[in-house]
Amino acid sequence: MPYIPLNENLPGITGLLNYRLDTALPIRQLTHLLLRGESTLTEGERELIAAVVSHGNECRFCTAAHTAAANAYLPDPSIAERVKADIATAPVSEKMKTLLIIGKAVGKSGRLVTPEMIEAARKQGATDRELHDTVLIAALFSLYNRYVDGLASVTPAEPAFYDRLGAILQQKGYLPSEDRYAGLVK
Amino acid sequence: MPHIALPKEYPGVRSLFMFSPETAKPLNDLVQTLLHDPATSTLTPGERELIAAYTSSLNECKYCATTHGAIAKYQLGGDGDVVKEVMRDPATAEIGPKLKTLMNIAAKVQQNGREVTPADIDAARAEGATDREIHDAVLIAATFCLFNRYVDGLGTWAPDDPAVYDAIGKQRASEGYLTKPFKIAQP
Repeated sequence: MPYIPLNENLPGITGLLNYRLDTALPIRQLTHLLLRGESTLTEGERELIAAVVSHGNECRFCTAAHTAAANAYLPDPSIAERVKADIATAPVSEKMKTLLIIGKAVGKSGRLVTPEMIEAARKQGATDRELHDTVLIAALFSLYNRYVDGLASVTPAEPAFYDRLGAILQQKGYLPSEDRYAGLVK
Repeated sequence: MPHIALPKEYPGVRSLFMFSPETAKPLNDLVQTLLHDPATSTLTPGERELIAAYTSSLNECKYCATTHGAIAKYQLGGDGDVVKEVMRDPATAEIGPKLKTLMNIAAKVQQNGREVTPADIDAARAEGATDREIHDAVLIAATFCLFNRYVDGLGTWAPDDPAVYDAIGKQRASEGYLTKPFKIAQP
């Protein structure tokens, strides 16, 4: 049970973003810019960073939600699973591997990013902007993971819940929208 | 040296805000309402800044810990001693018992949200913390886990001169987060 009263039709982060709207708005705007805004990384690649960081922080809700969102964009659901299990052998580009390694480190602490990690990413063609966005996405999910688990919000057990949420995140993005969670909880 | 090309005359998160103004906007809007605006929380801006500074010190983020320590000092009427005490150990600091329980929750959140226990929440309630105050303490700690990672993950530079942080603290405590930063000569 959550530590504070949250709408029971809005599990995980959705109820928290509904609890305090003035803080939710900039958090949503930042997420939309980073995950859906203009970028040389695809939406699927950016959702993979979110999923890997959430997995590293053991946040089950965020991991499942962003795995589903990544799957909504990627050709094969095994990609996200393999990235979470082992970045080095996952079927993503060499550049993505270097960025996912940086993202995973940031999820633990910003101080764990080494010049060697940055150098490896540059060698694969990563730009300053891509490095910046990777670090900020990983930092943002370090916020989300703590917000979701620190207040013990509900983590639905039903896998289909996350498929419905992933579809909402693909179709509507992250900005506030009318009835965005209609039909999410059945 | 920063990991990406950042403007040299701005330290810490300010160099990142200059690099990426688009993402700076919601980040500044978030701290303005979460930390600065007096009417948005029953925790005072000084109490909220103390949570931000303490979380940042646990993450060993020098720029954020020192900056928000200085902002807290000015929000608390210029008393720097309480800031130092909180950084050392909130349990023995000259702060109220409710704030101590919220600092305990913030420290758990800094490690991982899963570390917060029902007993931590009960202890805060026993000292009169409301749902909303518990929420705000968790979100402030989580938010500084974002900022600390952003600042250190890209290797931004942090000034050594305490007078620089004091000047930043004074500016932010009075102006909030939506005004322009001043330039700082990098040594």
